[in-house]
Amino acid sequence: MRTIRVVIAKPGLDGHDRGAKVIARALRDAGMEVIYTGLRQTPEQIVAAALQEDADVIGLSILSGAHMHICPRVMELLKDKGLSHVRVLVGGIIPDVDVAKLQAIGISGIFLPGTPMQDIVNCICQHVPPRTEAI
Amino acid sequence: MKPVLAETAKAAWEREVLEPTLKKAPERSGPFTTISGRPIERLYTADDIAELDQAKDVANPGEFPYTRGIHPTGYRGKLWTMRQFAGFGTPEETNERYKQLLAAGGTGLSVAFDLPTLMGRDPDHPLSLGEVGKCGVSIVSLADMERLFDGITLADITTSMTINSPAPMIFAMYLVVAERQGADWQTLSGTIQNDILKEFIAQKEYIFPPRPSMKLITDIFQFCAKEVPRWNTISVSGYHIREAGSTSLQELAFTLRDGIEYVQWGIDAGLDVDEFVPRISFFFNAHSDFFEEIAKYRAARKIWARVMRDRFGAKDERSLKLRFHTQTAGVSLTAQQPYNNVVRTALQALSAVLGGTNSLHTNSLDEALALPTTEAATLALRTQQVIAHESGVTNVVDPLGGSYFIERLTLDMEEGAYKYFDAIDRMGGMVAAIEQGFPQREIAEASYRFQQAFEKKDKIMVGVNAYVDPNEPPFPILYIDDQAADQQLARLAELKRTRNNAAVSRALVTLQEAARSGANTMYPLLDCVRAYATVGEMCDALREVWGEYEEVPSI
Repeated sequence: MRTIRVVIAKPGLDGHDRGAKVIARALRDAGMEVIYTGLRQTPEQIVAAALQEDADVIGLSILSGAHMHICPRVMELLKDKGLSHVRVLVGGIIPDVDVAKLQAIGISGIFLPGTPMQDIVNCICQHVPPRTEAI
Repeated sequence: MKPVLAETAKAAWEREVLEPTLKKAPERSGPFTTISGRPIERLYTADDIAELDQAKDVANPGEFPYTRGIHPTGYRGKLWTMRQFAGFGTPEETNERYKQLLAAGGTGLSVAFDLPTLMGRDPDHPLSLGEVGKCGVSIVSLADMERLFDGITLADITTSMTINSPAPMIFAMYLVVAERQGADWQTLSGTIQNDILKEFIAQKEYIFPPRPSMKLITDIFQFCAKEVPRWNTISVSGYHIREAGSTSLQELAFTLRDGIEYVQWGIDAGLDVDEFVPRISFFFNAHSDFFEEIAKYRAARKIWARVMRDRFGAKDERSLKLRFHTQTAGVSLTAQQPYNNVVRTALQALSAVLGGTNSLHTNSLDEALALPTTEAATLALRTQQVIAHESGVTNVVDPLGGSYFIERLTLDMEEGAYKYFDAIDRMGGMVAAIEQGFPQREIAEASYRFQQAFEKKDKIMVGVNAYVDPNEPPFPILYIDDQAADQQLARLAELKRTRNNAAVSRALVTLQEAARSGANTMYPLLDCVRAYATVGEMCDALREVWGEYEEVPSI
């Protein structure tokens, strides 16, 4: 069985990377392979990173209110690139009214401030089926 | 033979009174640590501050080293400035909120800009997608600045602007608005945050590399010393360092060391220390650990006074007196059970007041969910007014001075800060330390340690990892739609059609020439602003000269 591979990305102009970094470390401590993209990534760059890294999961950290622009674009690009199997999680400040909309476009998990790390680990383990290493 | 030391009164109490009690009734399991992980003893007595030199370490309010405050009369003379940070959507929407805040008894304005403005990008830049007007007000050109302060007389108020990388551009816009209102720059007062070092360390809203960024700041020091002498040219900020997950001590140490760096660069640029240091102010976080925060503010004043006198030879009393703004900790607010945030904020605000803050922003209860509603923002201001007028704490200066615990903590914070200064000095200063990633790593470690303590419930957040309410009712929030973005985009297109574009191009070229030659950039920036150049255009002109900073991502 291969290790779950996660791309943690920080889209948009916002530089508040505390959450992204803490989650990246927690997932790594939980045994996953974590790639952190750094700040100010466009949806195109994020999807390219997921393709290049053969990611199972993309974690987006968005606190600025731009999630309704960024998430649909990421989902669309994943579909275009034949990466629909990649699960997308979003963490940040997401108003209640947007949660259902994000779920409707296929976001697998939406995590608000105060979420225990274990909940995120569990969500990833639930959504990513074990797969054997490709030869 | 080893000499037998006399048993201290505290040790005798521990042996005679404490130990029998602990045998019968042990203490809770703890850990008894501050939110920063600092171990706290159960009791502090005179024995814990035996080395304290009253005259040298504490003195009286208004006396060096100002541990007990910079004003002899504390808040009996003047209350702190109640300055509520606000901004969202279009300049008109924010202008309306400002008028409400002033009418409700606010005594100063504080401008929150949106991310495109903070990053020096116009609304039509691809990275601005979905960000225009979301986290603050969108300011594109002088025309927006005129709308933002429409009907507000700048000569009569003080304005604080939270702007860093594009601080010179936004400041230039403010000055031109003031000029057109007929205000005299010589008496105009306010603050620009203009603290780029903490951007590299914590908030990450940088544009240019560190060294040209420092040049822009020393340009402002020089410009203001001559043209706008009452303007606070920089607000050296620990707030964002703390929000990024630092400890209280790291916030104190990195912020003051940033301050030292700015002073050094100012002196290296040819300024006299007393010519610009009096206009440097500070900005701290008020986090949830009550006493540790109070000790932090007291230690900050003491350290700054000593460093300015001993390291830089400052003679003007105003260079020695650390003035600071405080904001309660946004990161402590919870999306769960938002009404609890009112209580958190009140306690944090009280710690800032007991620590002698000169101005204060109290967060609104809904800020873990969205930008505040008018009702929430008003309640936040009322919280300060209740402390000021009902609690009685403003009757006396530094009420906690002399507390064994507070004095011990103040000494510990001071000692810890000097250790960090030594480490950073050995690296070659703060710019060099940042280039080596030192403060960034220290903060990331501290933030992860806190997260682990929270996960283990060593640290409790009420309503989040204890006392959880599974049936929380929905909470009404301010929802910012895309109308502001549409309007700002349309206006930008209109501006480019109606202004004199040749004049804009000429002004931008002159700006680039100044940047290349090392001349002061403020004067050509004022000309760019008068020609209605946009924030994005002015920043792009300098990007072409200096390049952009890119952080190496690490976790």
